[in-house]
Amino acid sequence: MAKSGVSRRQFLAASGALAVAGVTAPALAQAAPRVVVIGGGFGGATAARAIKAAAPGTAVSLVERERTFTACPFSNLVIAGLRALPAQQFGYDKVSAAGIDVVFAAAIGVDREARRVELEGGASLPYDRLIVAPGIDIRWDGLAGYSEAAATKLPHAWKAGEQTLLLRRQLEALEDGGLVVMSVPANPFRCPPGPYERASLIAHYLKTHKPKSKILILDAKDTFSKQRLFQEAWKEFYPDHLEWVALSQGGRVTAVDAETKTFITEFGEHKAAVGNVIPPQRAGRAAELAGAVDQTLWCPIDPVTFESKKSPNVHVVGDATIAGGMPKSAFSANAQAKVCAAAVVALLAGRSPSPPKLINTCFSLAGPGYGISVAGVYEPVNGVLTDVPGAGGVSPAAAPRSERAQEALYAEAWFNTITGEIFG
Amino acid sequence: MALTLLGPAAAGRAEPPQGASSCTGCHALNPALVTAIPRLPGHSAAELAGQMQAFRNGQRPSTVMGRIAKGFSDREIEAIAEWYAAQK
Repeated sequence: MAKSGVSRRQFLAASGALAVAGVTAPALAQAAPRVVVIGGGFGGATAARAIKAAAPGTAVSLVERERTFTACPFSNLVIAGLRALPAQQFGYDKVSAAGIDVVFAAAIGVDREARRVELEGGASLPYDRLIVAPGIDIRWDGLAGYSEAAATKLPHAWKAGEQTLLLRRQLEALEDGGLVVMSVPANPFRCPPGPYERASLIAHYLKTHKPKSKILILDAKDTFSKQRLFQEAWKEFYPDHLEWVALSQGGRVTAVDAETKTFITEFGEHKAAVGNVIPPQRAGRAAELAGAVDQTLWCPIDPVTFESKKSPNVHVVGDATIAGGMPKSAFSANAQAKVCAAAVVALLAGRSPSPPKLINTCFSLAGPGYGISVAGVYEPVNGVLTDVPGAGGVSPAAAPRSERAQEALYAEAWFNTITGEIFG
Repeated sequence: MALTLLGPAAAGRAEPPQGASSCTGCHALNPALVTAIPRLPGHSAAELAGQMQAFRNGQRPSTVMGRIAKGFSDREIEAIAEWYAAQK
C-alpha cells in the first residue's frame, strides 16, 4: 500500500510535470514568431534574409508568384541591346538555403483579424508580423487608351521581363528614320531617373544603328532627377537623336492610340514607329490586400519601423511606400528592408526599435561607360524620412570623363553586390 | 528564454548601429562577392573611420562617398566603423 501510495505520488508528480511540459512545449513552439513576407524583389527578399540572419529562431515565409526574379535596374541596357536579359535574372535557391520558406504562389487575401495570408489554392500562412513588398502596379485606368492589350503594342517595360524584350525587339525591327516616342508620367513613379537613362541608352542605340532615327520624350513634368547631368550628356552625345519636351512645352500625354502608336498631348499628336509608355503607377496589389494603401494609392508608413499607418502588424517597404525624401529605387527598398527587419526583430522580442538612418544611392548610365549618380542620407524628422541637411546630391556637372567612367564601373559593382547579397 | 533566443546575441553579432545596414547595398558582407567596391570587414575601425572622415572633409576625393559621409557625425562614423571592423 505504502509503496503503491508513493508510486501514486510519483505518478501524480510525473503527470504534473508532464502536464506542465504538455502545456509549455506547444506554447514555446507557438512562441517561435512567424513573419510572412509578400514579394520577393529587392525589398521583400532582403527583409526575409535580414530577419532570418538576425533572429534565426523566427519562422520566415516569403510569398512570391515568380520562380525567377527579373531585376529592373540595368534592364535599360537590355532594351538598348547592350546586355542580355538572363544577366538580370535570379532564382530563390539561396534564399531557401538560408532557411526561408519560399512559397511560389499568389497571395489572394490577408485576414488582418486572424493575421493570416491566404494563398491561391486554399492554403494560408499565419503571421505575427507581415511585411509587404509588392513594388508597383501599373494604373491601367491612369492613361486614356492604355491597357494590358495596348501594352502589347506600346510596351511599358517598367516591370522587367517579357515587356523589356518586347521593346528591344521593336527597336531592332525599327526602320532607320523611324521615330521613337516615350511618355513619362507625373511623380511619383518607380525609379525617377529611369526614363531618362532609358532614353539616353535608346538614343545611343539609334545613333550607332539607326542614325536617321531619334527618340522624343514627352514628359508630364518640367524638372526631373539628375536633369542637369542628363542634359549635359544629351548635348554632348545625342544632339540629333534625343529631344525632350517638358510639361510647359506641351509634353504631357493625355491619351494614346495603340493601333496607330499615336501619343496625344494637349498640343498635338505624335505618331511613333516605336512607342514606350511609362504609365502612371500605384502600390502593388498585395499592399491593397493588406489594407495598407491610402487615397494616394501608395502606403503611408512609420519611418522607424515601416509599419503601415493604416494596418497594424503590417509593414511595407520599397516602391509601394510613401517614404518622404527617399526615392522609389532598388537601393532604397534594400535599405528600408534592412531597417524594417531590425525593427520587426526588436518588436517580436519585446524591445523598442532604434530610430534609423538610411542611405540611397542611384546610378544611371547616360551612355555605355558614362555613369552619374544621386545619393541621399535620411532620418525620421517629425514622422517623415527627411534628407539629412548638407549630405547627398548628384554627381558634379562638367566632371572629367574618367569620373563618369568610374561611376559606370561602380554602378555595375553596386548591381552585383546588391543582387549577390540578396540572391547569392 | 524565448526572448533570449530571439535577441541579437543569438545571431552572433550585435545589431548594426544607425546607418550601418544601408552600406551593404554597395559594400558586400558576403566574402564571396568581389566587385570594384571594397568590402568593409577586414579593416580596422580606425582605418574605416579615418576614410569616412577623409571622404567627409574632401581630403580623399570620391565619386559618391563624400556626399554620403556628410550625412554622418563623428560618433555615428565611429560606431559604424567599429561594427564593420567586428564583422568577419
